[in-house]
Amino acid sequence: MFTEAIEKILADLCTPTRVRAVEEGGDATLLWNALQDSGFLELLTPEAQDGAGLTLESLLPIFTAFGRYALPVPAAQSIAARALLRDCPTGMLTLAGSAWRQADGSLCAPQVAFGLLADFALVNLQGELLLLDCHLARRQSMGVHGSQCATLFWPAESVGKAIGNNGEEVRVFHAAIHAATIAGAMERVLDMTLEYCNDRVQFGKAIGKFQAVQHQLSVMAEQVAASRIAAELAFSAALQVPQLLPAAIAKARTSMAVPQVSAIAHALFGAIGITEELDLQLFTRRLHEWRISEGSESYWNGIVGQAFLDQPGTCASHFVRHVALTQPA
Amino acid sequence: MSSLLDAFRLTGLPAHAEAFRAEVKAFLAEHLPQVPVDVRARSWTGFDADFSRQLAQRGWVGLTLPAAYGGAGLDAFSRFVLVEELLSAGAPVAAHWIADRQSGPLILKFGSDAQKDFYLPRICAGKAFFCIGMSEPNSGSDLASVRSRATRCPEGWRLSGRKIWTTNAHHADYMIALVRTSGSPEDRQSGLSQFIIDLKQPGISVRPIVDLAGDAHFSEVAFDDVLLGEDALVGEEGSGWKQVNAELAFERSGPERFYSSVVLLDLWAECLRRNGATAQETALLGSFLTQLTCLRNLSLALTALLAKGESPVVEAALVKDIGTEFEQAIPTAIAAAISAHPDKPVDEALYRTVAYLNQVAPTFSLRGGTREILRGMIARGLGLR
Ligand SMILES: Cc1cc2nc3c(=O)[nH]c(=O)nc-3n(C[C@H](O)[C@H](O)[C@H](O)COP(=O)(O)OP(=O)(O)OC[C@H]3O[C@@H](n4cnc5c(N)ncnc54)[C@H](O)[C@@H]3O)c2cc1C
Repeated sequence: MFTEAIEKILADLCTPTRVRAVEEGGDATLLWNALQDSGFLELLTPEAQDGAGLTLESLLPIFTAFGRYALPVPAAQSIAARALLRDCPTGMLTLAGSAWRQADGSLCAPQVAFGLLADFALVNLQGELLLLDCHLARRQSMGVHGSQCATLFWPAESVGKAIGNNGEEVRVFHAAIHAATIAGAMERVLDMTLEYCNDRVQFGKAIGKFQAVQHQLSVMAEQVAASRIAAELAFSAALQVPQLLPAAIAKARTSMAVPQVSAIAHALFGAIGITEELDLQLFTRRLHEWRISEGSESYWNGIVGQAFLDQPGTCASHFVRHVALTQPA
Repeated sequence: MSSLLDAFRLTGLPAHAEAFRAEVKAFLAEHLPQVPVDVRARSWTGFDADFSRQLAQRGWVGLTLPAAYGGAGLDAFSRFVLVEELLSAGAPVAAHWIADRQSGPLILKFGSDAQKDFYLPRICAGKAFFCIGMSEPNSGSDLASVRSRATRCPEGWRLSGRKIWTTNAHHADYMIALVRTSGSPEDRQSGLSQFIIDLKQPGISVRPIVDLAGDAHFSEVAFDDVLLGEDALVGEEGSGWKQVNAELAFERSGPERFYSSVVLLDLWAECLRRNGATAQETALLGSFLTQLTCLRNLSLALTALLAKGESPVVEAALVKDIGTEFEQAIPTAIAAAISAHPDKPVDEALYRTVAYLNQVAPTFSLRGGTREILRGMIARGLGLR
């Protein structure tokens, strides 16, 4: 129900043209307001507070849709923030899963997704939860073409007190969001590539008829299938915040798939695939960014591996089953 | 979205299947043969007729066959659990494996009443071991080109030809063979039929073939004018191709397509727990668990479809291809990891297990349909060609 309504907004307002415009610094208000005014930022807000009172399961299709449309505003982050903090300020809210104090007392949050755009950031400062006003921060663009990612520096005096000790949940939830958007963007990339391979003719036939091309597409489909089911794991519980291990596995598995899916898509599109004009780049650039945002597969696999090592006498089969079983029915 | 991927939705095991797991674990605690870990790593190619009979006495050979035939009458989910536990423990399941997974269900589906009454109780009792005769010296991936031929005669059929790579033919009581009954190899899929062949009959010779690890798990089987009764034909004459394909989703979607190296994975984890792990090793270990979790969920999604009576053949090809890639990657990566520190001692059992798996890992993506063939199927399923 929500998914369809949101897809409608995305189809109407989150067109490739608008995505490009926002990436170039254009106004995102129309798109943002459409999502905000329809109440879609309040999906996790309890019904008693006029929210939709949803749990994670219902969010997955929405977040994957955000990935499928390369949504250039932090809507997923703002939705998630409602579960981490009850009273969220109005405006674009993003998540920063890691941060530290500099020698001068200022606070640095590195490579914050949507850091160039956001009004507020919910920050994990070594386990403490902080809500910070991005307008008080110095925003240092990462300088990556088209990226809205920035490192934010807050002067010491602008950093208020912690508002909770659930800071780690920011990182975990944000990783789960990236897993879902990666899965969504990959679906789109697979569809685009399949279509292209059926259309593009060389040597007198569609390139999709060449076995070498077919096999690459099959591998891509396998990676997308694994990524989708991985993302589903992070959002499979009737909870409001993803659990550590399901989120870790989701982020690790989707991130592992990124290089291959992106490489195959670009290989099969040939030169046109790397042009600004073709929409493919809107997705593959994001896939690479999301893979390394909030920890790559190297980080999250380390979490998974350590959790396994910390359970003496446990076999792999038991461990992976337990990850699934920790989900309340 | 390409609809092929829609089959893959996160599915949990139903409570009855999880409850069944405890019974399987208890059985294994008592009956699992005490053998070295590199022998356990043989997993579903490990042959131990006594173990299979003990499993049969427990009622777990022919797990999904109806109770009327001595089967356990359990569903695909329970079979998933049984297979998962057996493989995780490295139990030697080869003796009954083919009868349980393929031959029993095939006879149940296509066999005559007399065939069901005769073979199914024997399968469930662990008294009839089967092998599958499809490949021939000149027919591998191109299975429809098989040349072994059964010709009608007054007493039934006369069979001549050769099968090769037949797993367990030298231990098995029966073979279910795919052979030509009419036309010529150019007629492809039509004119093929399936027969149940008692391997003790005259005219049959079985020659085990030793593999690169020193094991003989498959054989070459020659048929020299072997007389088969009318009752040897399974299903309909000329329907062999269709019947073979009916079971493909069962063969390719199960945990055996990603658990082949799991004994090694557990052994390596034990060594890391004992000796300490570097950050790199921890992340590598984690990457295996991450992938295993997702593969298991892909496979479970198909198990749910099988339990509903569907036959997701192309989806199963996808699980098998990505699953076997994973089981092949494990020994490759662990070999590199254990020899990253040449000045430190290496656990000898670990060394042997890694070496064994690296030798046989190529078979993971050959048996049951090669990687290249599966990728062609997936591509067609995606709407190409
Ligand atoms: C351990 C093991 C157990 C086995 N057990 C049995 C058994 O019990 N019963 C049985 O009947 N068979 C069994 N087999 C045989 C198995 O089914 C065959 O190995 C398999 O079908 C491939 O046939 P082949 O080995 O003749 O290779 P080929 O078909 O000759 O293939 C050789 C190579 O060519 C590639 N190739 C072939 N055709 C194409 C194509 N159209 N496009 C692209 N590439 C192609 C293949 O992918 C492969 O890489 C077993 C095999 C192994 C390894």
